[in-house]
Amino acid sequence: MTKSFFAFVVLSVAALPLSAHADDVKAGQGLALDRARGNCLACHTIKGGDAPSSVGRELAGMKRRFPNRADLVEILTNEPRRNSIAPMPPFGRNRILTPAEIEQVIDFLYTL
Amino acid sequence: MIRDSQRDRYALARNVACALLLAAAPAQAADEKIDPEADRKALQAFVFAKFPKVAKEDFGNGPYAVNAEMRKQWLEIMQFPPYELALDEGRAEWEKPFANGKHYADCFDNKGVSIRQTYPRFISATGQVETLEGAINRCRAQNGEKPLDPMTDTMASLTAVMAESSRGKPFAISIPDDPRALAAYDRGKEFYYSRKGQLGVSCASCHNSPAGERLRGDILAPTVGITAGMPIYRSDWGSMGTTIRRIASCSSQTRALPLNPDDEDYRDVEYFISYMSNGIPITGPGTRP
Repeated sequence: MTKSFFAFVVLSVAALPLSAHADDVKAGQGLALDRARGNCLACHTIKGGDAPSSVGRELAGMKRRFPNRADLVEILTNEPRRNSIAPMPPFGRNRILTPAEIEQVIDFLYTL
Repeated sequence: MIRDSQRDRYALARNVACALLLAAAPAQAADEKIDPEADRKALQAFVFAKFPKVAKEDFGNGPYAVNAEMRKQWLEIMQFPPYELALDEGRAEWEKPFANGKHYADCFDNKGVSIRQTYPRFISATGQVETLEGAINRCRAQNGEKPLDPMTDTMASLTAVMAESSRGKPFAISIPDDPRALAAYDRGKEFYYSRKGQLGVSCASCHNSPAGERLRGDILAPTVGITAGMPIYRSDWGSMGTTIRRIASCSSQTRALPLNPDDEDYRDVEYFISYMSNGIPITGPGTRP
């Protein structure tokens, strides 16, 4: 009884950040696919997404390609500042996505 | 903490670099000459190198020139071109006399036949660029008729008739030796390369390097030749549209505030884009998805 209660507490505590993370991934996926928000599929291919695009690189292997999360934050916030001729819209600067939403989109991108 | 200080160093380095660039800018700007021919040659060289298998004459066919799958669908569609009806309506409108008994043909060089490739034109009397649609409306005004909205399919049907008579004629946009004409060209170029709208993208963002790439179901057409197929019957509209209608819808796709269809910015950018197509034969009227 004590043992199982202990296990329950440990599991619950461990599960808390996990489920919060899962919610962020889900929210991020929603933002990424929403044509009025992230609309990533307009330019990129995402595995499982319809109508693949080829303007930008396929969104895959994101953790390997961008091990530093801050790089992705910068790219989503204002890529034209890094590369003035990149077609990527400055999602953060032009307030298409809030900083919190950008974090959620990155949570999703890291699952790809 | 370390990361923060690193970032600060990058920021500092970037600021210093920006400051140096800004300091150098005035000297550069003074040297920068407006050279439309050099711009055209550079952009055409870039596009021809990007699509080495596409014949120069084919660039007026936009996405169908650069994508085999789209081309196949287009050839099927062209068994019964969707612009035929508009062309019939346009011919009837073109032949119909104004209230004063005169005709459109009376307003134009060569009765309006085989001249589409020379529009837009710079008009020295106004010091501004005039599009083909603008010329039609000037003709109407001169004959006491009300102007047509350049966004309507009625206007596009008329320019379709003029385009058809110019098929195969290479684009021949002229920039006369007048500082105002060069300035109009330069404003058009500036518009083309400026990021706009909430999406913060420029015309070049889609139609330069990404030309030929897939944007969902669409294939991005290269700028060179893009106006040669105008006006177009666009399935998305279910009707015929002018160049300006297409530019305005591009603009709204970037979530930019629409300008007046006759705005000088739109005329100047059409002047620039069309100049970039000099040498590419007219294919219009065209059809697009």
